[in-house]
Amino acid sequence: MSTPQEHDYIGLSEVSSMDSSEKISSSSSTVSVEENENSNVLNLKETELRLGLPGSDSPERKSALDKSGFTLGVLKNFGSGSKRCFSDAIDGSGKWGFSGGNGSEVDLGKGTALFSPRGGNVVRSQGGVESNINTHQSCPSSVLKEVIPTPKPLQEKTPANDGTAPAAKAQVVGWPPIRSFRKNTMAPNPTKNNDDAEGKAGIGCLYVKVSMDGAPYLRKVDLKTYCNYMDLSSALEKMFSCFTIGQCGSHGVPGRDGLSESRLMDLLHGSEYVLTYEDKDGDWMLVGDVPWEMFTDSCKRLRIMKGSDAIGLAPRAMEKCKNRN
Amino acid sequence: MASKRKKVRPVEEDECRASSFPDEVLERVLVFVKSHKDRSSVSLVCKDWYTAERWSRTHVFIGNCYSVSPEILIRRFPNIRSVTLKGKPRFSDFNLVPPNWGADIHSWLVVFASSYPFLEELRLKRMTITDKSLDYLARSFGNFRALSLVSCDGFSTDGIGSIATHCRNLAELDIQENGIEDLGGRWLSCFPESFTSLEILNFSNLSSDVNFHALEMLVARCKSLKVLKVNKNVTLEQLQGLLVKAPQLTELGTGSFSQELTLRQYADLENAFSNCKNLHTLSGLWEVTLHYLPALYPACANLTFLNLGYAVLQSSELAKLLSSCPNLRRLWVLDTVEDKGLEAVASSCPLLEELRVFPFDPYGQEAALGGGTGVTESGFVAVSRGCPNLRYVLYFCRQMTNVAVETVVHNCPHFTHFRLCIMNPWQPDHLTNEPMDEAFGVVVKTCTKLVRLSISGLLTDLTFEYIGKYAKNLETLSVAFAGSSDRGMQFVLEGCSKLRKLEIRDSPFGNAALLSGLERYESMRSLWMSACHVTMNGCRLLAREMPRLNVEVIKEDEDDDTQAEKVYIYRSVVGRRRDAPPFVLTL
Repeated sequence: MSTPQEHDYIGLSEVSSMDSSEKISSSSSTVSVEENENSNVLNLKETELRLGLPGSDSPERKSALDKSGFTLGVLKNFGSGSKRCFSDAIDGSGKWGFSGGNGSEVDLGKGTALFSPRGGNVVRSQGGVESNINTHQSCPSSVLKEVIPTPKPLQEKTPANDGTAPAAKAQVVGWPPIRSFRKNTMAPNPTKNNDDAEGKAGIGCLYVKVSMDGAPYLRKVDLKTYCNYMDLSSALEKMFSCFTIGQCGSHGVPGRDGLSESRLMDLLHGSEYVLTYEDKDGDWMLVGDVPWEMFTDSCKRLRIMKGSDAIGLAPRAMEKCKNRN
Repeated sequence: MASKRKKVRPVEEDECRASSFPDEVLERVLVFVKSHKDRSSVSLVCKDWYTAERWSRTHVFIGNCYSVSPEILIRRFPNIRSVTLKGKPRFSDFNLVPPNWGADIHSWLVVFASSYPFLEELRLKRMTITDKSLDYLARSFGNFRALSLVSCDGFSTDGIGSIATHCRNLAELDIQENGIEDLGGRWLSCFPESFTSLEILNFSNLSSDVNFHALEMLVARCKSLKVLKVNKNVTLEQLQGLLVKAPQLTELGTGSFSQELTLRQYADLENAFSNCKNLHTLSGLWEVTLHYLPALYPACANLTFLNLGYAVLQSSELAKLLSSCPNLRRLWVLDTVEDKGLEAVASSCPLLEELRVFPFDPYGQEAALGGGTGVTESGFVAVSRGCPNLRYVLYFCRQMTNVAVETVVHNCPHFTHFRLCIMNPWQPDHLTNEPMDEAFGVVVKTCTKLVRLSISGLLTDLTFEYIGKYAKNLETLSVAFAGSSDRGMQFVLEGCSKLRKLEIRDSPFGNAALLSGLERYESMRSLWMSACHVTMNGCRLLAREMPRLNVEVIKEDEDDDTQAEKVYIYRSVVGRRRDAPPFVLTL
């Protein structure tokens, strides 16, 4: 699983990519690493607001690691949001085509926050732990929930969310009280059913059509057989190599002798072709912006388009994210 | 064919009997008594009436599957055709109950198969049912007609396929909001070609494609089909194809409302809708493309229930749609319509009795990006001005004021169900920064018919004092992040004599509060307390004092053995349950 880069905006200690990969790689030791990471990044444990009841002393919080390996990141700079997400993907990567440059799934620019975890915060009060997993996975530029209302609301104002300048909100298990179906359906990127209480998601394979501009026929790939964008891009390169170099008689045989991988990569990275996909909303998006899991959840079909056609793509995607309501 | 009743009474009947007509007549009369409460009352009149009632009852409702056993059920009621069962505590809908908690239907089915071979209807809510059970059900009951599963889990679409395959007389298949493993849409193709009895089909919450041709043929041959709710994979074009085959529908759940249509297709769609003259309920509208909404308008004249709970609409679109729905009694919307949308509700829906406003963005993510803010107290007040008949409200919002609630309730004093969810825990009055006690106080004082109440916001014990003092008809109370001390819960237990269901989370009520209700719990269906201050010792004491209550503590991995993190207490005539998983301790 690739590691997203993390940045914080408050100017506190930057999380090194070493920390991130440590954190992502082992789920069993996540909790302790997470807490260390918290204190590394924020050094603000004393001032952290916690969820608890009047008079009770909330012990250490635990955070559940979400299934895709993303944990709570750093506080987000509100207002920057999604606009920066996409422009940074363009500016930051500076390249068209498969954004598999550093193997990361998301080339997060400086301005973007991490995704909120699929695992909800575990809120502890009086020594109890509610460790249920929250199924909600939000869009990449969403709020991080580090700050939780205090137990003494009369003395300290709770972070009321009036929608204009919200503080980070705690994600309490089972609150607000809406049923899982609604939660999963209305999420910006609806998740498959990964709630414990609800059973497993059902789909074992995920075939999507892949078209390439100028090719006489389409192909189909099973997204579940790949783990990340690198795998997908190399598989597609092999599949479509015959078309790229005009050798139609290859019948799709991968890795022909005369074709060096690097040459193909050059071709594809050299702005000649761009990999795009149609998502659940019917919009055409640039492949590589979102985490792999999110991509496989929302991708309906793929299209390898000529670089020149793809120029207008990203601003539109930006519009869409901005207009999400 | 009803079981025959054996007469064992002596022949000299007249002198001691209160009723002077034969039991058979009484039974015939009692057939018309349908409500459970009435039937309960009837059975308490005298022995004869009890007997007549039990022989004549065909439908039984069991609000807590663990309060009674299937054996007791069949012993008392020999002629049951329809069973409704509810299982898990309601908070399981919000992930507060671990999986495999119980409420498995299978043991009931086995007993039913031998004692109620003519069982026709099974309606389950928050129960676990496996594919094996579904298959068993399908094969065991030749007359089976109606299956309704709401908020259940444990099964997959294969199980539904069994039902479709074997239930020749199926009239109702209603699958809602379940934890279902969706293995594809094959199940729909399992209905045999000779099958024509379907009247109600709801698969709106399933995510896989069904074979559209099979669906089309099914709809065409089931001439009695009245309710059809498809899932979002059904396109507009396909919907049109279905509507022309079933213009007699009274309830429709559309699929996705967002295909690219040609002018011709749009016209066909509009035509199809205008032929549906009997539609009183409309839902679905997933991923709605707004400029196609007008295709619906011709079908809206007789609409009484419009469920836009999954349709992302802005206020103007809602306003236009509502202006075609003059007869609306029930409306569910997303808060994307905002206060302005609610103003449109007020002006267009004078007959409205029920309003539910769901949050589009419950975790505040879109709001953080400068997106919509949902609805506020103004929208609530606006609706109350235009809709004086409001009886049921469910309102998710990010801000509220005491004054607004007072105004609402002053305009609409007939509330029976008042569920207000201010989404930030402990949030005070948005203007005055005070607790929301007065708001709920005025609700209970004014709405004397209130049977269900959900409270939220910053609340002290005063709220509970009001509730205990005034909410004399209250049956269900949901409490979260509220109260200051044990007195709060005590007020409610002392004052609300009709209380049946009490569910509390994250509130500072401890053993004193729990134990103050000792005498009350046997007249209630259940009590749930989670993340409160109740300890194991308190629960043990309760269990000891009240042997006819099941006091169950859900223990998840915790270090602290003294706290009772989640407690579920309910009355039962069958004692502790035998299928409790390891994490449920019955004290």
